[in-house]
Amino acid sequence: MENFTPVSALAGGALIGAGAVLLMWLDGRIAGIAGIFGGVLLPVRGDFAWRAAFVAGIVLGAAAWRLGGGAPQILQITGSLPLLIAGGLLVGVGVRLGSGCTSGHGVCGVARMSPRSFAATATFMAVGFATVYAVRHLAGGLA
Amino acid sequence: MAAFAALAAGLLFGLGLAISQMANPAKVLDFLDLAGKWDPSLALVMAGALAVTIPGYRLVLRRPKPVLAAHFGLPTAKSIDWRLIAGAAIFGAGWGLVGFCPGPAIASLAWTQGDNLWFLAAMAAGMLITRRIFP
Repeated sequence: MENFTPVSALAGGALIGAGAVLLMWLDGRIAGIAGIFGGVLLPVRGDFAWRAAFVAGIVLGAAAWRLGGGAPQILQITGSLPLLIAGGLLVGVGVRLGSGCTSGHGVCGVARMSPRSFAATATFMAVGFATVYAVRHLAGGLA
Repeated sequence: MAAFAALAAGLLFGLGLAISQMANPAKVLDFLDLAGKWDPSLALVMAGALAVTIPGYRLVLRRPKPVLAAHFGLPTAKSIDWRLIAGAAIFGAGWGLVGFCPGPAIASLAWTQGDNLWFLAAMAAGMLITRRIFP
């Protein structure tokens, strides 16, 4: 556990939560990134501006931290190009089919005590653990 | 006004993803690697987020409506069906392969590295294809 960063993890998590509560309080919206981004990809009239603004805010917020000198300065993206594309496809299909991702189900849905979100979160966590186990310990570092 | 509010919320969200290092795929994969050099940090990211959203939502949802909109847009689906579980499982597999989920993948644009664009493009394609097949 040499890389354990409890303080930045809790602080960052609290900011993520604050963003989610602000979006609900002011706009009445769930901060589910998959769903919000989906509405940017296929815009519906009158339901685009807030989505694009939220997505832009995510990039600008992260950029502010990086340009201010915060860690990480470089993202460690491992894996070959085919693996990145396969992973992206799986994430895109999965969040759409399962109506949410780590933010929509894991943070917002669980906070609303939604049984669907509990089930989805338990499932993607379990499969995430199993996938890393298979890649790193069974396949011997394919990624 | 609603778009400015969303921008502010997004700024907090993106800042949180960066500070917590959730935007860094290696950090995510080390969290998912229970059998290796497990890094429990991301469990605390979720704990920190829930510590704010659980009481925050409770307070906010007690109000008759949001400040800038006519009503709260909350999901209405109730049943735990095959689409939910299969989708979550497929998502978990992709997450475990690369270490990106949608929020961090978008936040990663702040690093302008290049390889994250392939992931984002594939993710967008996956979402659009699935929307086609399961509208």
